[in-house]
Amino acid sequence: MNATATDATTAAGATETRAATAAKTAQAGCHQEIVSLSGVSFSYDNQPILQDVSFRIMERDFVGLIGSNGAGKTTLLRMIVGLTRPQKGSVSLFGTPAAQFKDWNLIGYVPQRSHFNPLFPATVKEVVLSGLYGRKKLFRRISKEDVGRCDDALKALKIEDLGDKRIGALSGGQQQRVFLARALINNPKLLILDEPLTGIDIETQQNFFHMIKHMHQRHNITFLMVSHDMDMVRSYLGEEPKERSGKLSFYVRHSHDLEDCQGTDLLHSLRKEG
Amino acid sequence: MELLSAEFFQRALIGGALIAITAPLMGLFLVLRRLAMIGDTLAHVSIAGVALGFLINVYPVAVGLLFAIAASFGIEWLRKAYRTYAELSLAIIMSGGIALASLLFTIGKSFNQNANSFWFGSIYTLDYTDIYVILGVTVVVLSMVLIHKKELFLLTFDEDAAAVSGLPMKYFNIMLSILTALVVSAAIKIVGALLVSALLTIPAACSLALSRSFKQAVILVVVIGEAAVLAGLWIAGVANLAPGGTVVLLLIAILAVSIASTRLIRT
Repeated sequence: MNATATDATTAAGATETRAATAAKTAQAGCHQEIVSLSGVSFSYDNQPILQDVSFRIMERDFVGLIGSNGAGKTTLLRMIVGLTRPQKGSVSLFGTPAAQFKDWNLIGYVPQRSHFNPLFPATVKEVVLSGLYGRKKLFRRISKEDVGRCDDALKALKIEDLGDKRIGALSGGQQQRVFLARALINNPKLLILDEPLTGIDIETQQNFFHMIKHMHQRHNITFLMVSHDMDMVRSYLGEEPKERSGKLSFYVRHSHDLEDCQGTDLLHSLRKEG
Repeated sequence: MELLSAEFFQRALIGGALIAITAPLMGLFLVLRRLAMIGDTLAHVSIAGVALGFLINVYPVAVGLLFAIAASFGIEWLRKAYRTYAELSLAIIMSGGIALASLLFTIGKSFNQNANSFWFGSIYTLDYTDIYVILGVTVVVLSMVLIHKKELFLLTFDEDAAAVSGLPMKYFNIMLSILTALVVSAAIKIVGALLVSALLTIPAACSLALSRSFKQAVILVVVIGEAAVLAGLWIAGVANLAPGGTVVLLLIAILAVSIASTRLIRT
């Protein structure tokens, strides 16, 4: 919890103490544990998919999760976001066991693009706004502020002129931006991307990857990205994985430029940078 | 105009107008969740309940409703057991329902006349109890959908994202199952078990062809349902045709026009 508290004070404008606090937190190991898997196992129809996987994701890590088909990437993701329970071992999120975790608004999630129905009647705005519809928003109306956040998210991802288009009518790269905008509207601390580069052309892939690298370097946000695109992952996260577990490899890069963190609202700072 | 002053016809119009709000609305959610055939299944199971109701002399619509609710839980359960074959659970429960209905029908041969009205609908025999039941169902369905319209959107658009954002999925799935069972069992007496599915799916199909946004789809599905049911009842009354059949054929005509007009717009 330390790091979050520090960021908040920093943002409050205590300029003279910022450097000092940053230094202090850096000494203290600075970052909290975002996801922790310990001894997680899962099998499906007696076929072991995950065996004794342990891994920790720290604040401001960019983790690339690589594995062949059937290596258990999707199962592992589903466990982290609480859609599947591990048969053995435990998962905790932000220091809380996943079963008791309530602050789901801290997690942004970009699904595999192939999972949505292209004929669904929904505009880009409707989809992006739905990023706010969590447990905390039950029984509450969409406020003016919510709509403002939606506009900010659209602007930050440069899709503001697509707001009223039907999502199915967009190109793959544009759809991916819409899902990213939906994930970012809540100002998440952890962003999970499930094969975000699949099914879009190389140039759009590179633009998209460039955008999330930029977000990682400049903002207080932790990434977990599942991918099978080795080249792109290696180019940013290095040649060798930090850890291997069964057929899964975890590539990690940590970002540490805390002086860029003064804007706590991701959307606003993204937009300012243009 | 003589027809309009007939009390049985007024009751038919009221019942029809109410069910034309709820059935297309629930149908839209079902179609978008790839459960279009669930209405048919629940209707057939509900008929078994109706048959039992006659047999034990309890208000048949109520017994039908209980059967439909039980069936919708059965479907959810089987859907989990055969995750990738969602339609399998529908086929199993539906045949079970028809089998049970035919069994119960043969046990009590004397009520065949009445039971027939549930297969094909008998909107002209609606009594005030039926109207109150349908009104109650409409109020419940509309208020739940209005209260949860945001969450229902997310749930139908992206079930995984809904779960990740911490929505109580069990609550919503149970709610949708119960609301569907309510609508289906209320609609049976109006259009008949064989045609309930049409009232759930065809307005949704029209609306999907025409709408760009979810809000538009929700409004349009109700407008189309109302237009078809009210006009259909009127035509059927004047020309002395089967009301259920007329409504459904009218819906199909609207669908043909919707599809043709989107083709025209897109080309």
